[in-house]
Parts: sequence; structure tokens; C-alpha cells
Amino acid sequence: MDGFAHQLIAGIATGGIYASVALALVMIYQATHHVNFAQGEMATLSTFIALTMIQAGLPYWVAFFATLVVSFIIGALVERILMRPVQNAPVLTHVGVFIGMLLIISNATGWVFGHTTKAFPTPFQSDGLLFGGLVSAHELGSTAVTLAVLILVYLFFAHTSLGLAMRAAAYNPRSARLVGIRVGWMLALGWGLAAAIGSVAGMMVAPAVFLDPNMMLGILLYAFAGALLGGIDNPAGAVGGGFAVGVLENLAGAYVVGTELKLTVALVIIIGVLVVRPSGLFGRVVFSRV
Amino acid sequence: MGMTRMLLEVKGLRGGYGPIQVLHGIDFLVEQGSVTALLGANGAGKTTTLRALCGMIRTEGEILFQGQRITGMATEEIARLGVAHVPDGRGTFMELTVEENFRLGAYTRRDGEVQADFARMWEWFPRLKQRWKQQAGTLSGGEQQMLAIARALLMRPKLLLLDEPSFGLAPLIVQEIFGIMRRIREESGVGILLVEQNANLALELADRAYLLETGSIVTSGPAAEIRQDEAIRRAYLGY
Repeated sequence: MDGFAHQLIAGIATGGIYASVALALVMIYQATHHVNFAQGEMATLSTFIALTMIQAGLPYWVAFFATLVVSFIIGALVERILMRPVQNAPVLTHVGVFIGMLLIISNATGWVFGHTTKAFPTPFQSDGLLFGGLVSAHELGSTAVTLAVLILVYLFFAHTSLGLAMRAAAYNPRSARLVGIRVGWMLALGWGLAAAIGSVAGMMVAPAVFLDPNMMLGILLYAFAGALLGGIDNPAGAVGGGFAVGVLENLAGAYVVGTELKLTVALVIIIGVLVVRPSGLFGRVVFSRV
Repeated sequence: MGMTRMLLEVKGLRGGYGPIQVLHGIDFLVEQGSVTALLGANGAGKTTTLRALCGMIRTEGEILFQGQRITGMATEEIARLGVAHVPDGRGTFMELTVEENFRLGAYTRRDGEVQADFARMWEWFPRLKQRWKQQAGTLSGGEQQMLAIARALLMRPKLLLLDEPSFGLAPLIVQEIFGIMRRIREESGVGILLVEQNANLALELADRAYLLETGSIVTSGPAAEIRQDEAIRRAYLGY
């Protein structure tokens, strides 16, 4: 029974990572109606930047917050420089840009930082497991960090006028312009925020899975499965979906399919959702009367 | 006329969609604090004119707003100068609540009177206050039109562009909305450019009217005169 509880808690901890990346995917999806395949690679790059700062001697939390800022700027620049010129282009152009970005960032990261797997420090140090072996300090700490980020993002979108303007720009750019919202900047801000959220996920998962240029590849798949499960157009649903996938993946890996086939769980979820319920479990239903 | 301050001066306005030219050089004026009606049949270019004014389509010609040239400016910057546009289809943020639509109307304002303006809108549109926390997409057509007008007025605009506020609404609701528009004109001093297919209704409210036919202005004059002119009514307004 203790083993089961441990698997459950470990699932919630990784679920928090998936939930963060799923949220980043959904934020961009809502604004552009495209899934940013390079979201994971952007997070890996951020994590390498964090490692560089830590190795240069910066205290962990200084490096953490500096990485958030740098990632935000990189995300916003990607929107301004790469996405803006193609914003009215067909879907395939976007797919091309995303895949191009994925390959370029992944290879550039390997070229600059090396392809070898590196250890990444955790700020939550302790010997052994807490609460009678149920949970490690890092699992507990990283879950707290991802939850804090998710709550902050929720508060930002629900209760600030900038958050409201970003939602308005995503739902209805034409009307947003008519009330004076600078939609282009809202998009850049959204990309920046998504990149910053992704960087948190990267820094929190790296101590557990180790850092290499392909670190986020599998995580992006789980996150995508979570986003689809919860509803790709519903941020809260995607977060819930991310946690659900984390738990499912861990339990299935431990008791059903074994760790080697864990990634299959994500693919099964993706295909299952697309076939059975394309809008996801909590897909947004918009009422509209004319 | 030369002495009154012009809110909007349009000269030789051309515009269209892609290679298709819809407006073939039109001229018109909107005076401060007055209602100007732009009338014409379906496809005459009324909606296109409003879109051109707001920089939503490719545009050539002179558009002077309070003496400042706004041709080619970005839509959001034109809005920030004080031009509020209630577009065709009303432009409601369907997924958001009535309250959030209100807050978006006042998004660019930094003055401390937003709450007072909310209260004024509740007085003009009591139904919107009842629907405050409801998703805007669940409102009836009339309520959505009211919400669109309220959202536009919350920008505290100097010029209000209204695209067919009567479209698709029951006659009683239309009466209610035009009643409120009369109040808006008296109490807020905003200049209104009103696009309507329902010419009779528009001419009752307007001070001046322009008649648009296939992208050109065919006649214009004080609304009262146009109402009385049998020939114009028969030829262009169809009643």
C-alpha cells in the first residue's frame, strides 16, 4: 500500500510538470490556434541557461528568477521575429516554423552546451525520503513550485486587466483592437509567459530526469496528452489533464505496462481522446445566440 | 458650416478587399455632437466605409479625425484616439461575461471615473446589470446590441460608429435601442456616424444623411429634407 501511495504522489509531482507545459501549450493555442511543438525545446534551452548561471556561481534562486526573465524575453522575441511575419499564413507554414524551431533550438542547444547528460541541482535538499518514505524533498518542493506558478497564472488571467486584455485578444482579436488593445503585444506577452512557465517545468524536472538537449521530448508528449485530455482550449482543463496524465503514467508504469512502455500511455491517451471526445473532458462549450 | 468644428472629415476615400475596390472615392463630414446617417442598400459599401475609417481594411484617401490624419493607422491606435466602433455582428466577446466586456470597454482609460460610467450604463441599460455575471454569448440579440453600445461608450469616445444597430432585432427592441441612442446624443455629446438599412428609423434620429450607392455618394443633405423628398425616397430608400 505504501508503494501505491508513493507512486501516486510521484505521479502528482510529474503531473505538475506536465500541467505547466500543457498550460504553456494551451496559452499559445488559444491565441494562435496552433500547437507550439518547440515549447519543450524552448524549456530545455532555458534549463541550460539556468545551469550555466548556477555553474557561474549564482545562488539557485537568483538563477531561477533570472532564467524566468530571460525565458520570457526569448519567448517574446520568438513571437516578434519568427511568428509575426507568418501570422496570417496557412497552417502548414506554422507547422513548418514550429518544426524548424524545434530542430534549430535542439541542435543549437547541443552544440553550445554539449550533448552529454548533465546533473541539475535541486534547491530542495534532504537525505532520504520524507513522511515515512512517501515522498522525496524534491518531489514535494517541485510540486509546490509548479502549483504556485499555476495559481499565479490563474490569478493573473482572472483578476488583472492585462490578463483580461490577453484573453480578449486571444478570443477575438478584431474586437480587441476596436477597444484599443494592442493585440500584437498581447501575443508577444503570451509567448513570453508560456516560455517562462515552460522554463519552470524544465528546471523542476531536470534534477529527476537529468539534463540533455532532448530532455523535454517525452515530457512534451505527456503534456500534449494532458492538454488534449482536459481540452486544448481550456487552461484549467489542461492543467487538470496534465496532473491526471502524470498519475496515470506513473501507476501504469508501476503496475500495468512497466516503465519501458510508459510513453505508450501518452500516445494511447492522445489517440483515445481524439477518437472518442476531440474537445477533451472539459472542452469549452461556447453558447452563442444570434 | 465652415465655422463648426468638424469631428471627422473624409475626402476621396477608397478602399476594398484584396483586388476588389468597394469604395470609389467618397467624401463626407461628421460634426461634433451630431448624428450623421450613412444610408444605402445592401452592398452599397456602408460597412466597408466604417471598416476603412478604423483601419480594418486597405484604405486610400484623406481621413481627418479632429484635424489629425488617421489614414493607414493601426485599428487599436485609432480606437485610442477616441473612435469607438460597434461593428457588424456587434463584436461582443462571447466567451467573457458582461462585466468583463464592460471592463474591456474601459481598458485604455486611466481616469478615475470608470465606476461612475459603469453606473451610468446600468441606468441606460438596466438589463445588462441583471446579466452582470453571465456569459455574453447567452444574451439575447437585443441585449447583445445594448452590450456592444455600452462597451463602445465606456471608451468615452468622441466619435461613435454604429453598424446597423437594428439588424435582426424585433421592432420593440429596435425602438428601445433608438430611444437610448437619442439619450446618448443629448447626454454625452458624442458624435455618431450611423449606418442603417432601415432608412426611416435612421432619418428620424440623424441631423444629416448621406446616400451611398455602389461605393459612391449619390446625394446628401439635412436628414429632415431627405425624409421629405419623395424622389430620393423612391429612388434610393425604397419606401
